Amino acid sequence: MNNEELKTKIAELLPAATFDETGEWLNINVEPADWLSFAGKLRNDDSLFFDYLFCLTCIDWKTHLSMVYHLSSTKYRHNIVIKSKLDVARPEIESVSHIWKTAEFHEREVYEMFGVNFLNHPDLRLLILPDGWEGKNPMRKDFEDPINMIKL
Amino acid sequence: MFEEIGTTTEGDLIINVGPQHPATHGVLHLVITLNGETIKKVEPHLGYIHRSIEKMCESLTYRQFIYVTSRMDYLSAHINNHACAMCVEKGMQIEVPERAQVIRVIMDELTRIASHELWWGAMAMDIGAFTPFFHAFREREKINEIMEETCGARLTMNYYVPGGLMADLHPDFQKKVKEFIVLFKRKIDEYDELVTGNIIFINRMKGVGFLSKEDAISYGCSGPAARGSGVNSDIRKLYPYAVYDKVQFDEVLETGCDSLARYMIRIREMKQSIRIIEQLIDNIPEGDFQAKTKAVLKLPKGEFYTRVETARGELGVYIVSEGGTTPYRIKFRSPGFSNLSALDHMARGSKLGDLVAMMGTLDLVIPDIDR
Amino acid sequence: MLLTSAFLIPCSLFKLQKMWSLTDISSAIHNWLNQTFNPTWALIIEMVIAGIAVIGLFAVLGLVLVLMERRVAAWMQIRLGPNRVGPFGLMQSMADTLKLLVKEGMTPDGADKFLFNLAPFIAMMVAMLLMAPIAFAKGFQLWDMNIGVLYISAVSSIMVISILMAGWASNNKYSLMGAMRSGAQIVSYELSAGLSILTIVVLTGSLNITDIINAQADGWWVFKGHIPVIISFVIFIIAVTAETNRAPFDLAEAESELTAGFHTEYSGMKFALFFLAEYINVFIVCAIGATLFLGGWMPFHIGHWEAFNHAMDYIPSSVWFFGKTFFLIFVIMWFRWTFPRLRIDQLLNLEWKYLLPISMFNLLLATAVAILGWHF
Repeated sequence: MNNEELKTKIAELLPAATFDETGEWLNINVEPADWLSFAGKLRNDDSLFFDYLFCLTCIDWKTHLSMVYHLSSTKYRHNIVIKSKLDVARPEIESVSHIWKTAEFHEREVYEMFGVNFLNHPDLRLLILPDGWEGKNPMRKDFEDPINMIKL
Repeated sequence: MFEEIGTTTEGDLIINVGPQHPATHGVLHLVITLNGETIKKVEPHLGYIHRSIEKMCESLTYRQFIYVTSRMDYLSAHINNHACAMCVEKGMQIEVPERAQVIRVIMDELTRIASHELWWGAMAMDIGAFTPFFHAFREREKINEIMEETCGARLTMNYYVPGGLMADLHPDFQKKVKEFIVLFKRKIDEYDELVTGNIIFINRMKGVGFLSKEDAISYGCSGPAARGSGVNSDIRKLYPYAVYDKVQFDEVLETGCDSLARYMIRIREMKQSIRIIEQLIDNIPEGDFQAKTKAVLKLPKGEFYTRVETARGELGVYIVSEGGTTPYRIKFRSPGFSNLSALDHMARGSKLGDLVAMMGTLDLVIPDIDR
Repeated sequence: MLLTSAFLIPCSLFKLQKMWSLTDISSAIHNWLNQTFNPTWALIIEMVIAGIAVIGLFAVLGLVLVLMERRVAAWMQIRLGPNRVGPFGLMQSMADTLKLLVKEGMTPDGADKFLFNLAPFIAMMVAMLLMAPIAFAKGFQLWDMNIGVLYISAVSSIMVISILMAGWASNNKYSLMGAMRSGAQIVSYELSAGLSILTIVVLTGSLNITDIINAQADGWWVFKGHIPVIISFVIFIIAVTAETNRAPFDLAEAESELTAGFHTEYSGMKFALFFLAEYINVFIVCAIGATLFLGGWMPFHIGHWEAFNHAMDYIPSSVWFFGKTFFLIFVIMWFRWTFPRLRIDQLLNLEWKYLLPISMFNLLLATAVAILGWHF
C-alpha cells in the first residue's frame, strides 16, 4: 500500500490519529492511551500486517517526550512511523513487547535512557546502565555529567 | 555445600558468562540459569562498553559524527559510515557522483567479506576448532592491506564523507582487489573442506538455536540471522541504495532456521560479495570522487532515516534535525541489539555447549550492541 | 646422522647397537650393585635410581611434549610457534616452567584447602604410577608384572578422582561443571578403551606387557590381527583421546564454555602439575597404544624379507618405541588442532550408542579370530 491508501485505512482504524506526510514515510500521531489497541490492530490487520518493528526510540523535546515507532511489513513492504507525545514529568505508555518481541529490549533501553515507564512490560529493569544507577536519565537533554561529558 | 556454590533452592545453577569470558568476544555479560547442563534462561546484561555514541553525536557536526560511527560495529566500519553519509546526503539532497557510489559498494562488500571472515574464524574457535581462526585471518589481512592503502587505516577507515569519499582510490587498488578475488575463490573452498563438511561441526550446528520465521520477524532479527530463518531481509535488495540495483547478486536465503542455516548464509554471502565486486571492479566510472558541498552542513528541519545492510544485518540511522549544524537527536538502530534479544528465546532448553554455537552464528559484536 | 652412519658402516653396527641397548646398561648397573652391596641395599638403591629416572623422564617429557604441541599447532595454523628462547625455541617450555614456578599459587577463599592442594598431586602420582609397566626398550622396564594391562586400566581410572577433587574443592561453578563433565566422560570412555585393550589380551592370551610385545615379533597386531584389531585400534585412539580430555573431547576444560573447566582456579605450579599430568597421560596412553597395537619396541618386519628385517633390527629398540609413541602423540595433536569440540550429550551418545556396542561386538569377533586362529 502506498501512503495514501495507508492513510485512509488507518483513519478508519483510529479516527483520532493525525497524520504528517512531510517525511519519507507516513507519520501517524497517536495518543498514548490509544496506542496499545492501535498497535494490536496494526499488527493483526490482514491488509496492514505490520509485523516488523525495526526501530523504537524516544526523542526529548524538552517540553514533552515523543515515542517513535518505525514499523514495516515483511509481507507488503510498506513502512509507517508512529509517534506518541508523552508528558515530560510522568512519561508513561503501554508496552508493546507482547506484540513485537523486539520491543522488550528496545523499551528497556528507552526506559533507562529517557525514563519512560512502560506499563505491563514483563521485565522492566536496567539493561545498559549499571545496577543501582541513580540520578537522571542520560539521554535526556537536561542530563549533565561534569566528569564524563566534554563540551565541545 | 550447595548453597555455597550459588544454586538456588530449586537446584538451579546460575553462572556468569562474561563480562570476561572466552566465549564472549567483547564484554557481553550473560547470566545463565542452568539445570544441570540445560539452559533455563539467558539474561544479557549490557553496557560494559556503552559510550553513548548517540548522545555524543548530538554535539558533533554532520561532518564529524560519521567518524564516531566507525566505532560502533567496528567490523563493518565502512558500512556504518555509508549509512550516516547517506542520511546526511538525503537531508541535504546531495547528488553523490557515480564513481563514489561504485567505490562505496566495492568497499562495503570488501568489508562484508572481512567481517564474515573474522566471524568464521571466531565462531569455529568458539566451538573448539582453533585452526580456522588463523586461516581466516590470513585472507582478512589481504583486505586490510587493500583498505590501508586507500583509506590509511585498517579497521576504522572513516573513508566516506557526506557527498562522496575522502580521497580517491590508490592506483594499485584495482590490481590488488583482482588478485584478492582470485585468491579468495580458492580459499573459500578450503574453508568448506576444513569446517563446513566436518561431521562434528554439522552435529554441533544442525537443529541448534532454532528460530522460526515468525519469531525472527517478531524479535526484529535482520541480516544473516533472519535470512537463516527464511525472512527476506536484505536491505540491498529490498530498498536498494548506492548502485546495488545495478549489479547482479542473489539474496541468500536458507530455511533451516538453525545455526547451520545461519552459518551457510554467511559462507554463501561471501561468494555473492565476490560476485558484486567482480562486476564493479573493472567498471569504476571516471569522474569526481566527491560532490561539491558547502563547508558547513546544515540539515533542514525534519527527520531522516536510512537503512543499510551491514555484515550483521539492518543498520538504521535516524536523524532528527532542528535545522542546525548538529543533529538534535540521532538514533542508530543496530542489528546486534535486536539479534541479541532473540538469544534467550533460542537458548532455552538447549545445552550449555550450544550457547556458544548460537552466539557464534548470531555474530554479536558488542560495541554494536552497546553503542 | 647416527642412523645413516649405522647403515653405511656395517662392521660397527653391532657395537653401536650394543652401546645403545638399554638392557645392557641396566643389567650392568644391576650386577655392579649386587656385587658391591648386599641384595637388600642393592634393591633399595635400584629403586631410588628408578624413581629419579622416572622423575627425570617426567620433566623431560613434559618439556618436550609442550614444545611439540606448540610447534605442531603452529605448523597447522600457518604460523611459526615458539622460536626465540634458545635454539629453535627449544628452551621455551623451560622458560614457561620457570615462570610458573615463581608465580603465586593461589587458593581461593571458599575452597576446600586440603583437597584443592591435593588434587594436582594425585594427578601427578597417577601419571607416575602408570610409568611402571611400560617397556621403553627391549628388557628395559621398571616392573614387568604379570597383570600389566589390568594394572594400567585400573590405575588410569584414578585420574578421574583428581579431576573431580579439583572441580569440587575449587568452589567454582565452572570447575564443578567441568569436573562433572569429566567424570561422566572418563568413566564412559574407560569402557571402550578397556574393551579394545581386551581384544589384544584375547589374541595374545596374556596380561603381561612383555608377552604381548613378544607375541608381535613376527608382525604387529594391527597388521596381523585382521579387521577386529584395526577396529579396536581406532576405538582405542578415540577413547584415549577422550580419557585424556584432549580436543575434540576437551569438554572438561572447554574454554569457550567453562573458561578452563576443572582447573579454572589453579595457578602457578599447581596448574603446571595438571598441565604436565595431561601431557604425561597423553604420552602414556600413546605408549600403551604403541605397545599393544604397534608392537612396542619391536622393529618393523615384513614376512621373509630377511635383509629388510635385518636392517630394521639394527635400529635400537628404544628408537622404535619412542618413534611409534610420538607418532601416536602427533596423531592426537593433529585431532586437537583440526576438529571442533563435541557437545556433552553427543559425547556420551558416541560412547554409549556407537563405540561401546561396536567394541563389544568387536571383542566377540576378536575372540572368534583367536579361537579359530585366523590371525597370521
